[in-house]
Amino acid sequence: MSEQIELTVNGAAVVVPSGATVAVAIALAGAACRKSVSGELRGPLCGMGICFECRAAIDGRPYGRTCQVLCRPGMEISTGE
Amino acid sequence: MSNERVAKKFDVLVIGAGPAGLAAAACAGECGATVAVVDDNPAPGGQIWRGESANKSSDAAAWSCRLRAAGVQECFGARVVHHPEPGALLAEGAENLFELSFRKLIVATGARELFLPFPGWTLPNVMGAGGLQALVKSGLPIAGKRVLVAGSGPLLLAVATYLRRHGAEIPMICEQASRRSLARFGLSLLRQPGKMRQGFSLRQQLSGIPFVPSCWPIEARGHKTLEEVAISQGKQPKTVSCDYLACGFHLVPNTELAELLGCRVRDGLVQVDDLQQTSVPGVFCAGEPTGVGGVELALIEGQIAGLAAGGHSESAKPFFGERKKLRSFARALDRAFALRSGLRRLPLPETIVCRCEDVTYSRLNQYRSWRAAKLHTRCGMGPCQGRVCGPATRFLFDWLPDSVRPPIFPTRFESLSAITLQEHTEPSQVAGGRT
Repeated sequence: MSEQIELTVNGAAVVVPSGATVAVAIALAGAACRKSVSGELRGPLCGMGICFECRAAIDGRPYGRTCQVLCRPGMEISTGE
Repeated sequence: MSNERVAKKFDVLVIGAGPAGLAAAACAGECGATVAVVDDNPAPGGQIWRGESANKSSDAAAWSCRLRAAGVQECFGARVVHHPEPGALLAEGAENLFELSFRKLIVATGARELFLPFPGWTLPNVMGAGGLQALVKSGLPIAGKRVLVAGSGPLLLAVATYLRRHGAEIPMICEQASRRSLARFGLSLLRQPGKMRQGFSLRQQLSGIPFVPSCWPIEARGHKTLEEVAISQGKQPKTVSCDYLACGFHLVPNTELAELLGCRVRDGLVQVDDLQQTSVPGVFCAGEPTGVGGVELALIEGQIAGLAAGGHSESAKPFFGERKKLRSFARALDRAFALRSGLRRLPLPETIVCRCEDVTYSRLNQYRSWRAAKLHTRCGMGPCQGRVCGPATRFLFDWLPDSVRPPIFPTRFESLSAITLQEHTEPSQVAGGRT
């Protein structure tokens, strides 16, 4: 019954259920969220907006805490910042 | 991007929309006060009730109903960053900067998981136990995935049953506490029939999942993402292949806001009186920041704080007995799941401890205090502001935390400039300026 939302992660289309967070879209795209200062790939840790490991650029705005932001149709996410 | 400043005034302002905050806001509103509840999540419920308010038969929905009936204003997706003057807070929303004035304040900021560093813990798909559950509640498909659940505390059982209900395969639950310590805790439950029933029902849902005490992860391995975890179990380590490691070592109260407000904090807990009032008159605190005790205790403390802040202190008194009982349960919980000191030896010299700044164990090990480590290595100075590595280094090295300074979360430049202007007008700041 839940609607689907289409957005892009690093240019590739991803479909998520409505109510999904951006962190979920990134996971479904098979991407990591960010690169650490020494170049490690990182994904979400705390899931509640505290650790900042899931940050990525949302619609061109960097440092979005993707676990706290709901997906909207047409959103453009880019990871690896 | 506007960052428009929006000023609002309330009799009672509640920070945090988990069980404690919702109960506090509803009770204060029912006293006739104008009330608002602020939370940085997009929806109410906090962590434990995340995504549940849509389910009409849930406790979360019932409290949300009471909130609306009491006319409480909701401000979700906004995060408090600064306390510019008594009776005021600044909160940053997606598009706005809220200037919130209040007569009474209730801090219900909940808790986060304690994360301990071990080799490989920075690999993608190594997450907190509550962290992975939050992601699944937010839409991450988990059916058919293999999830090793590890760490410490009752949250592990709740997470394992939740994930299994959603189709995950749970090879085992690794609990660092010993069987002996857990058995003592089990006996203490006999005095709390409600808790025993909950425990029993969890145990039934767990049936078939091996629950292994005195067991913990020693290394997470994988190429780019997690593939397997080595665990310490008895004499010889064992390797478990999995898609996710859900690992948390119980909880740490979020006391940063209370500290910023000047509330007395001792041993990591906000100190409160019978009415949940902190050392700062008019500022109340309820739920996990006063001591990790779970949802029932949070609801009771929230109701007491809400009634007291709403001017009906007498009506709060009938809750005192239940609070006392639940607090003794919380203390038993702390004892049962106390961390074994051997976990301090989990990180190797090259293991990253501060994930924001990639500071390794061997670099930190040279310093004697959190302050010195921060100054020399930037440990704790990244965007999480030490929320992850602070409690970890407290456990690893016995370092005491520094005082909290605003903004208590990274903020947009536009908001920051508003804060800086106010800071500069404070005489003490000018007097203490550079020479």
